[in-house]
Amino acid sequence: MAMKNSGAGSPGSVVLWDEGYHGHDVISTRTFGFWLYMLSDAMIFATLFAAYAVLASHTAGGPTAQNIVHPWYAFGETVLVFSSVLAFGFSMTALKAASRPGVIGWMLLALVLGAGFLGLEIHEFVGLAMRGIVPARSAFLSSYWALVLTHGLHMALGLIWMLVMMYQVMRYGFSTDVVARLLSLKYFWLFQAVMWVCVFTVIYLHGAI
Amino acid sequence: MLVDLQGSWSPLWGRLSLSEVPYHNIIVVGAFLFAAVLGAAILGGITYAGKWGYLWREWLTTVDHKKIGVMYILFGLVMLFRGFVDALMMRTQQMMAAGPHAAGFLGALHGYLPPSHFDQIYSAHGTIMIILAVTPILVGLMNIVVPLQVGARDMAYPYLNAVGLWLTVVAGALVMLSLFLGDFSHAGWVGLAPLTELPYSPNVGVDYWMWAIQISSVGTTLGAINLIATIVKMRAPGMSWGRLPIFTWTSLSTNIIALSSFPVLAVALFLLSFDRYLGTHFFTPGLGGDLMLYTNLFWIWGHPEVYFVVLPAFGIISEIVPTFSEKPLFGYITMVIASMAIAGVSWSVWLHHFFTMGEGPAVSLYFSVATMLVGIPTGVKVFNWAFTMYRARIRYDVPMLWAIGALILLLTGGLTGMMLAIPAINYTVHNSVFVVAHFHNMFLLIAFAAMGGVNYWWPKVFGYKLDEKTGRLVFWYWVAGTVAVFVPMYTLGFMGMTRRLDYVAHASWLPLLQLEEGGIALYCLALYYQLKQIYVSIRDRAVNRVGADAWGTSRSLEWMTPSPVPFYNFAVAPLVHARDEWAWRREHGYTNLRPPRYVDIHMPRNTAVPLVIGAFAFALGFGLIWRIWWLGALALIGIVATMIIRAADTDTGYVIPAADVARMEEQAGGQAPSGARKVLS
Repeated sequence: MAMKNSGAGSPGSVVLWDEGYHGHDVISTRTFGFWLYMLSDAMIFATLFAAYAVLASHTAGGPTAQNIVHPWYAFGETVLVFSSVLAFGFSMTALKAASRPGVIGWMLLALVLGAGFLGLEIHEFVGLAMRGIVPARSAFLSSYWALVLTHGLHMALGLIWMLVMMYQVMRYGFSTDVVARLLSLKYFWLFQAVMWVCVFTVIYLHGAI
Repeated sequence: MLVDLQGSWSPLWGRLSLSEVPYHNIIVVGAFLFAAVLGAAILGGITYAGKWGYLWREWLTTVDHKKIGVMYILFGLVMLFRGFVDALMMRTQQMMAAGPHAAGFLGALHGYLPPSHFDQIYSAHGTIMIILAVTPILVGLMNIVVPLQVGARDMAYPYLNAVGLWLTVVAGALVMLSLFLGDFSHAGWVGLAPLTELPYSPNVGVDYWMWAIQISSVGTTLGAINLIATIVKMRAPGMSWGRLPIFTWTSLSTNIIALSSFPVLAVALFLLSFDRYLGTHFFTPGLGGDLMLYTNLFWIWGHPEVYFVVLPAFGIISEIVPTFSEKPLFGYITMVIASMAIAGVSWSVWLHHFFTMGEGPAVSLYFSVATMLVGIPTGVKVFNWAFTMYRARIRYDVPMLWAIGALILLLTGGLTGMMLAIPAINYTVHNSVFVVAHFHNMFLLIAFAAMGGVNYWWPKVFGYKLDEKTGRLVFWYWVAGTVAVFVPMYTLGFMGMTRRLDYVAHASWLPLLQLEEGGIALYCLALYYQLKQIYVSIRDRAVNRVGADAWGTSRSLEWMTPSPVPFYNFAVAPLVHARDEWAWRREHGYTNLRPPRYVDIHMPRNTAVPLVIGAFAFALGFGLIWRIWWLGALALIGIVATMIIRAADTDTGYVIPAADVARMEEQAGGQAPSGARKVLS
């Protein structure tokens, strides 16, 4: 940390106060805090994965993972998540160029792709429920629903957040608050993609074997 | 998908009905009258004094970390009182219900509490003491002290800080409400699975317990993010990692624990709520559910939680001991390493809470050894404090008494902990009151340190010291009460008395139980003198005014601010030169605490939004507990909408011009630090 001479006292005397110090960079502090929050969110997923690992074989005579997962269907969801993250990445590139239409346009694409993912997921779970494959059937299904839908809930919250941010970019431009939130949303959206990789691998790929 | 309830339910009122008010229970009615009279007196007093505006502007809507800290501590002390009354009732019941010939009153076969009521009391006692008393008091102290110690103007996120406070208060309000509406959990503070499942706990008790903990944990997690970010990002120029005070170091390690462990609890409780509301089978005995999964998840949080509360206590001791030994802390580096090591080890010992699970010798061995390893960094700390005191000019002020008391409790609690770490011994005393005595021993160490912290930093916050004479009486009565309650309890544990007994089968244990009741009487005296201490101190505050350095020999940055601390903390950021900056300045004669010139200060604006979020969180909890779905849904929408509206608020701060700062500093007094002594370091 730079110890600036504030000009107080005579030359050679010890500087005790730093009038020029105005603290920290607001955006970096805000995004750091959000990153800390992401750590706690990671622990939520870790615990759900642990519960799934314990309960995956507890099917109580009901359907097993092999009976219900469709890796190719989930692969379609994977493609949508990753395209959405890519679109969001372009939105952040537009942020560096300070282009409002660029940020909003790319984010709209990310939103549509994310909504597509959510649509596929809802379709899958409605289908399961129609066939009586509900969480109350067995411990395995309880943990299956809880884990996949926790990720889905995060995705849904991310979509609401994107809507809010598109409005804020339109209304306020790139103020400090808005930029800090956009960067936090970037972490959030990337993190959900990473979590989906885990869900896809552990539940859909491993489950199909 | 919702489960079928046993009992009535209506769309408008959920499970609520007038029959849920326990008006037939004379004890609860008495508690209600007490709370109602006290509440009416406080509210009436505020109205009579015309202080509502002041309360609203200065406290309820504040984002000032010191005021939020004070409210945390005040809330914690109120809950500590509630938890103490629970303890008093349990001790009295066990003393009255020893032996088959013990008389019964108020509908109980023996003693005065029927089992269902007794079970709720011990569940409430544990939940309140750990989650709603000790945790808020320590979080409050961290809130007050950490920003000052790192030389910051406020926390990293002042608004989030207030949200955390109100969520914690909401949790306390829900627990208190359970007294007068419905019931509380009877499954212990740990929530013994599958007793917490709907078929075995069909009432709202478990729901109260579950949602209160859930809401307060959100508050604690937000607080953890805030404190970590404050320490990492808000340090004054020159405050390098090697110069951070130990209390700030322990705050950092403890909040890393909180950040990583509370989500595990959140998931454990969410899965339980899915079981109770949606009929899933995570922890049920049938259809594949695994009750030991709950137990493991709970203690994967539960053990780090224990260190979450003990580490700030260690930090407090590390601040008090050097001040009153008039020496720098011995072994700073090892203290830092020990704090971080304890945080690390806290993650790998959870299974020692249930060695009797039947996990086999290899697993037991691992957790046994891991548990014993905790003794190494803790031992390092004890020796560091001892070496700090060695050949020092120790002054036995009240904070120092509490710190030394805490040290001795740490010794006895630590040694019994080492005994419990051995699976063979653990099997023998498992579920006995020996275990209860051990963890109360440890929690009392934390309480002692917290009391020391409150006495130590009180003058910093309010500008005057707490009364010395009554303070000593509080301490000694508390010590006597601790010995009288817990030495017999250790003994009874060895004699085979199991925990959570509403009826004690052996009449021969009666004398020891009576001794414990005598200890409770001593605690009551301590409580009386505690109230008297606060009363006397406020009455005589003009006499006990202090300057910046209240104790004359303190060492860290917070003692460079006027007492009471102005709302902007430091008018100008201090430039830090040494590990104990204030001690360094004192030794080099730089005791003038006025900066050469003032600059404009940016401050966050007060806001009622955290309070609104708290109100919605209360409605959400209430709606979920009583299954009033429309209320819960509206509250949830309310929270999200409030957050979005707040995000549109661009006017969240303001500037104090330099001239105003100078005027306020002038009014705060010349600030020649009173009683500053020249001390060798």
